[in-house]
Amino acid sequence: MAPKTSPEIGGMGHSVKRKEDPRFLRGLGNYVDDVNLPGMLYLDIVRSPYAHATINNIDISKATAIPGVLAVITGKDLEKYNLHWMPTLMSDTQMVLPVDKVMYQAQEVAAVLATDRYIAADGVEAVEIDYDPLPVVVDPKKALLPDAPVLRTDKKDKKDNHIWHWEWGNRDATDQLFREAEVTVKEDIYIPRIHVSSIETCGCVAHFDKVNGKLTVWMTTQAPHAIRTVFALVAGHVGLSEEKIQIISPDIGGGFGGKVPVYPGYVIAVAASVLTGKPVKWIEDRMENLQADSFARDYHITAELAGKKDGQLTALRIKTIADHGYTDAAANPSKFPAGLFHVCTGSYDLKAAHVEVDGVYTNKPPGGIAYRCSFRVTEAVHTIERMADLMAHEIGMDPAEFRMKNFIKPEQFPYKSALDWEYDSGNYAAALQLAMDKIGYTELKKEQAEKRARGELMGIGISSFTEIVGAGPSKHFDILGIKMFDSAEIRVHPTGKVIARFGTKSQGQGHETTYAQIVAEELGFPVDSVLVEEGDTDTAPYGLGTYASRSTPVAGAACAVACRKIKDKARKIAAYLLEAHEDDLEWETGKFFVKGSPDRAKTIQEISLAAYTNHPPGMEAGLEAVNYYDPPNLTYPFGSYICVVDIDKGTGEVKIRRFVAIDDCGNIINPMIVQGQIHGGLTMGLGPALYEEIQYDESGNILQGSFMNYLLPTAVETPNWETANTVTPSPHHPLGAKGVGESATVGAPAAIVNAVVDALWHLGVRHIDIPITSAKVWKLLRDAGVKD
Amino acid sequence: MAKVPINVKVNGVEHNVDIEPRLLLVHFLRENLRLTGTHIGCDTSHCGACTVVMDGRAIKSCTAFAVQADGRSIMTVEGLEQDGKLHPLQDGFFQEHGLQCGYCTPGMLMTGYVFLGTNNNPTEDEIRHAISGNLCRCTGYVNIVKAYQYAAQKMREGGAEDGAKNIA
Repeated sequence: MAPKTSPEIGGMGHSVKRKEDPRFLRGLGNYVDDVNLPGMLYLDIVRSPYAHATINNIDISKATAIPGVLAVITGKDLEKYNLHWMPTLMSDTQMVLPVDKVMYQAQEVAAVLATDRYIAADGVEAVEIDYDPLPVVVDPKKALLPDAPVLRTDKKDKKDNHIWHWEWGNRDATDQLFREAEVTVKEDIYIPRIHVSSIETCGCVAHFDKVNGKLTVWMTTQAPHAIRTVFALVAGHVGLSEEKIQIISPDIGGGFGGKVPVYPGYVIAVAASVLTGKPVKWIEDRMENLQADSFARDYHITAELAGKKDGQLTALRIKTIADHGYTDAAANPSKFPAGLFHVCTGSYDLKAAHVEVDGVYTNKPPGGIAYRCSFRVTEAVHTIERMADLMAHEIGMDPAEFRMKNFIKPEQFPYKSALDWEYDSGNYAAALQLAMDKIGYTELKKEQAEKRARGELMGIGISSFTEIVGAGPSKHFDILGIKMFDSAEIRVHPTGKVIARFGTKSQGQGHETTYAQIVAEELGFPVDSVLVEEGDTDTAPYGLGTYASRSTPVAGAACAVACRKIKDKARKIAAYLLEAHEDDLEWETGKFFVKGSPDRAKTIQEISLAAYTNHPPGMEAGLEAVNYYDPPNLTYPFGSYICVVDIDKGTGEVKIRRFVAIDDCGNIINPMIVQGQIHGGLTMGLGPALYEEIQYDESGNILQGSFMNYLLPTAVETPNWETANTVTPSPHHPLGAKGVGESATVGAPAAIVNAVVDALWHLGVRHIDIPITSAKVWKLLRDAGVKD
Repeated sequence: MAKVPINVKVNGVEHNVDIEPRLLLVHFLRENLRLTGTHIGCDTSHCGACTVVMDGRAIKSCTAFAVQADGRSIMTVEGLEQDGKLHPLQDGFFQEHGLQCGYCTPGMLMTGYVFLGTNNNPTEDEIRHAISGNLCRCTGYVNIVKAYQYAAQKMREGGAEDGAKNIA
């Protein structure tokens, strides 16, 4: 779609170079660890070596004897203020610091406050803790057995490790369709624990000013406003009051969901600052980040798909065990304990579906956050795309043809899914066809047949995913009761310059550029004259933050609506200036003119000045607007990915030869940024597909606790992604946009797994759990009798 | 802990200071000199966010002691811009959208500074191997490779004067 504005204005559709880049390229970004205040103290944390143990005694005497160590804070210290436990986003409870027992390895046990980073670390080494190890439960299936030790002994009536049961869909209709099915397939799919591992870890600088009672916290958070309210609610009883809490989310070095939760370190740092009246800095190191911060996924899924011999799908049935660690600290909208997992019917027109999830406690770190996806959508997509592929292979139908047959058709939108979602728009066949054309699908199938005849292993995998993002409509979506709107506040200055503030917070997505482009599109101010600010709760309007691909769908919409309010007022001012009736004015980018007399015009800059110097009598001066946008529906980005792999028979190594990604995120604000988001998302799909996993041994010891063995893809493993777009606008979004930050992470793993299984199908392989390591493939090959 | 004197040149400026022998180079740069462009991303020298140039070699400053820089010359991301002109690599990252959150960027730039200094006409494969010690979670590396290629071409042509004007 051709842009409506000139490159100088830089509205939607222009690949405007990023406004945030110059500071980052010069090393002048301002990340949390760059914040340096006079008299600042450092906090470092003592962590548990055991996954489950009673704390008999904490001896701090050697630590406090170190010159420069000011205090060692324990759970008993926090207990005096009733701050030793805190609520999670899912209304469970989580320890800030333990009083009597630890629940996972690397759990925070005590905190050392010192004048210097190194002295704080010395203090950590000197704290002596006497533990009695307790029986450890790491397997959620074993945790549900009747003889399993009950982990949450803090909950008085808790007799087992089961957290909740949740189900959705029509069980009877689904069961009936399974009874009538000509073909069914069933598979156990484990989606392991993974970790977002943004290159910047988490941390904060807390500064409680005792003179005016104000707390300012610079922190790595994707949701600064929600954090402010949480702090006020949790610590109101010790005197923190919301108008005197300022959360500043400065430049953020990647978030991906990992910077949504409140971690104990933040709370301890705030407590330490309130107690001392001094600024306190706490910055995790990488091992703390990997070992203790919220994990993602850990879903043990059993899925069944029913259909007819001709390939027509009818029903989907899923049972899942969700391992939440010792507390349910998932970052989900309150009403959805399994997130949006029930978008699991995907891109297909099914008659019925039923999904059940059971949450379970184990001796592992808490979480259940997203890993660059909207609340368990990757789990949903992975399941349906694996199952669809399994069914296609099972009945001997080409997986592309199979998908084409079962896709929801363009004319069916808005489409009500079997699990009650209303998909806004889509053209799934167009995206898959484009992917097939770009990669040369027919030729590849021919090549594969030839190679298979020669004994070479090559696979082609498809993933045709549908996402669900932009949470969300206030009727169903809230976090701790706060509705999931988002906001924009736009002020036009007399000289025709604009400041626009938002309730979201960029972590690399480029909001400073793309939001300015929306203002440029709507009002015609050149993108260079629009300053975008986010992340300071004292200045930005209240919003729920940036995660789940919600910035464009929600705050982007708020921006458009606020701009339109400004435009309405600008029209009235222009009518006054032009001595015309406002109905006789027409808008053309950046100016109003009188119909039929294009020379009689007022530019938006002239109108801006008049709003403060010559506004119509009876009208309020100024030119600004605020919008809190409550989306009428979620948006449903989609895409089709095709992956080609070659497998080394000797080593089991999977080599991605080509990967074509067709994404449809509706109307595009900045094509360059959209493509960059897809590149990054694909790479965060590749990681879990082939390399990333966090495992625990039977004693609860983490096996991938540093970058030595938690393997992020480097440039060498990452293929040269081939990307393109189709454009199917969202009918309910003011800009027709849908959001794009996470699509690729959601859609990519299934394409890769499907390609590997496709390469090995003739050897009897039906499924491989991610990550598909060389070792797993090597063993499958040896088991199948394949020689080097 | 007893301090020891070091003499180190950073971005052309000489520093004679007394430091603890255990002080990591990255903390010396970030906290003693307040050059916060060099970042910390891991503790095991895998991520490369802390990459700086020491006597012409790219090193990971989170696993070097500041005392090891005694008598040596260090260049950080803050030293790339010369006389108000950005280095071709900085320009390349801007033009090719080679950065998103910006956290790995200084390390990527410093690795590239040394790499392109020895090879200003690299293949894509050579670039990918050159940055394999620098992790990026945002970009998927595609545009970082392009940024290196852009810079390499500018360097072959002799400078980034044209490009630098595009960045405010």
